[in-house]
Amino acid sequence: MTKRTGVFVCHCGKNIAATVDVKKVAQDLAKDDGVVFSEDYVYMCSDPGQTAVIDAIKDNDLNGMVISCCSPTLHEKTFRDASELGDLYAFQCEIANIREQCAWVHNDMEVATEKALKITRASVRRVQHNQALEPIGVPVTRRALVVGAGIAGIQAALDLTDAGLDVILVEKQATIGGNMLKLSETFPTLDCSQCILSPKMVSVSKNSKIKLMTESEVESISGFVGNFKVKIKKKAEFVDPELCKLRDDCTPVCPVAVPNEYDVGLTNRRAIHIPFAQAIPASFTLDEEACLGLDPVVCGKCEEVCDVGAIDYDKKPTVTEEDIGAIVVSTGFDLYGMEHMGEFGGGRYPDVLDGLQFERLCSASGATEGDILRPSDHKVPKEVVFIQCSGSRDPENHCAYCSKICCMYTAKHATLYKHHVPDGQAYIFYIDIRSGGKGYEEFVQRSMENDGVIYLRGRVSKVYEKDGKLKVMGVDTLAGRNVEINADMVVLAQAMEPSKGTAEIAKILKIGRDKDGFLAEAHPKLKPVESVTAGIFLAGAAQGPKDIPETVSQAGAAASKVIALLSKDQLAHSPTVAKVRDPYCTGCEMCVDACPYDAIALVDGKAHVNEVLCEGCGSCAGVCVRAAIDVKNVTQLQVHEMISAIMA
Amino acid sequence: MSNPSKVTKAEEFEPRIVAFLCKWCSSAGSDLAGVSRIQYSANATPITIPCSGSVSPMFILSAFNKGADGVLISGCHPGDCHYMEGNYLARRKLYLVKELLQFIGLESERFRMSWVSAAEGAKFAEVVDEFVEDLRVLGPQNRLKAKR
Repeated sequence: MTKRTGVFVCHCGKNIAATVDVKKVAQDLAKDDGVVFSEDYVYMCSDPGQTAVIDAIKDNDLNGMVISCCSPTLHEKTFRDASELGDLYAFQCEIANIREQCAWVHNDMEVATEKALKITRASVRRVQHNQALEPIGVPVTRRALVVGAGIAGIQAALDLTDAGLDVILVEKQATIGGNMLKLSETFPTLDCSQCILSPKMVSVSKNSKIKLMTESEVESISGFVGNFKVKIKKKAEFVDPELCKLRDDCTPVCPVAVPNEYDVGLTNRRAIHIPFAQAIPASFTLDEEACLGLDPVVCGKCEEVCDVGAIDYDKKPTVTEEDIGAIVVSTGFDLYGMEHMGEFGGGRYPDVLDGLQFERLCSASGATEGDILRPSDHKVPKEVVFIQCSGSRDPENHCAYCSKICCMYTAKHATLYKHHVPDGQAYIFYIDIRSGGKGYEEFVQRSMENDGVIYLRGRVSKVYEKDGKLKVMGVDTLAGRNVEINADMVVLAQAMEPSKGTAEIAKILKIGRDKDGFLAEAHPKLKPVESVTAGIFLAGAAQGPKDIPETVSQAGAAASKVIALLSKDQLAHSPTVAKVRDPYCTGCEMCVDACPYDAIALVDGKAHVNEVLCEGCGSCAGVCVRAAIDVKNVTQLQVHEMISAIMA
Repeated sequence: MSNPSKVTKAEEFEPRIVAFLCKWCSSAGSDLAGVSRIQYSANATPITIPCSGSVSPMFILSAFNKGADGVLISGCHPGDCHYMEGNYLARRKLYLVKELLQFIGLESERFRMSWVSAAEGAKFAEVVDEFVEDLRVLGPQNRLKAKR
């Protein structure tokens, strides 16, 4: 077929035209073989620009087109849509990036113009060998996976089932609820955290469209958007939740006591235990690591006393494979460990608490049933120092970022403390007070005015024990003096960090993380809930520090993205997949081994590509010694043509 | 008209580089360099490919054959490949290419691999600038260049 290629060079106002002589690029290319139309225009992406493209395709009967403009990540779709309006296949349109990769990074016009010409010419030579491809339609599995069942995962799962989708909700812990479960009250309304969370937890447990898998983790994933296959590993279920009658005969006989995670180590629990009263699923569970009974010679007491026979030490972990269309990752946060901050005495002095421990002290369901007492001697602390930015905003030593919620929860802690201990005094060391949010600033003000909380602007250098008190050495930068407080208790408002296991799940799911280890969104402004991998979405503090309202909004947004995705009957799979040229294939299987997607198999001695599984990475083409396999529209011939165009 | 810097520039050897950038990391990284307006040498012309693993050794030989003074392959960091393991494949294969180039008498420094993520615009600019400087020292590549 005769090549009839069109070239459109964009000025992008002055963005490109300031350093690239766009007219020269268009004029020079007009002389190239097969180019029948070549022009420049001030804004190709504008409506008149697109109309010019559509008209030019029709008027010149184009069978290939290059738009020389900004990065294809921005307007490739715009121009491929325009191509179709002009009756040119979308895949016969290619973008030559002369802005990000040229105009913006060079300042010598002559040099930049020369490079822009090479880039555009290479694209022209490529597009002249492009095939008219159409997207491959693939069916969609109308079922979602939610990883992590804190408030984000719970909200996403409920929203998804509201739209009629089936959901698998996977949680690593024995109960759903996450960190929110441990909070006593929530700012700025002082709602009881459990009281607002437990209705949602109950909804999950009663929802027939949710398959809840606790003590489970995603082990591996294959497939692609709309058609993932996920392997989920569930720990051995030593206590059968169907049989367990919650009679609590077992815990009194269990000889093992270990720190209770739910109370952040302030209390102990037995190896066999229920995480907390409203746990979902409502069942006792056996802590495999702490239990002695897995070796029945040593112990077997709980099994002996369980009348209903719910306990079986011989249970093994199970792995199930599930078909999934889309995934929401909501794996939450952990507090930045106190052990990193030796100067504050965390872990060394029992009365230096972390933020979540203080929540448990304030909570009616906590170790002290809501009485604020010192863990060391159970006395009521009369002076409490709260240290904000413990580990946050400290790029030299700890985390560079602001953890966003600590100003608010510290104000809440101080307020709660005053409500419990009216004659006590709360001090807060802070760097700045960041209280953006509805009713947040007023809440902080109230803590100062109504509860007499003393805010000291400055940092704490050291906390040490002396005569039964915690001596807090700090500075008040507003008054310009050193401050020493003899405190009874110190509470650290630690930084939030991605929960343990975030790195692992990110690796398994092939989604990126940012420099601080949080899950990376696809675009900081325009794609805040999408991961870089199609079909995988993000919600909650795993993506960055955020409070409950923000987490709930993001979970809803992620769910709505999944609903939109799975509402289609078919998804379009890119047609730029591998293709074997049979006569050249010797059946050596190099490509079969190289394919990361198991998309290639030998059929009658020749490699054969499963187009639906193929992602078009080209690993096969890179290893084929006879160049018998190629990715469509990025063939080896096309790459050689591009090299020639550049080196001409 | 004496403009010393201009004179030096005209006389200085300008290496020609073909840069194969994977679509997901290094091409996006070079886009970020652009968005951040980081200035770097214009000697490397990019070809965006799906994955560093898709680079055939023939591409490299072809570029040298057509007169390239240097060839750059840049992909996602090991472990971060969008296609899971394409860059590992590239690393193993292209190490052998480097050996081969040396064997046939070409300075192996003319072939370079780098790992540049989508967040590393500044690193991309550094990689190109360093490569250009190193190639200036080596001078023009004639060993594999076709005589035409």
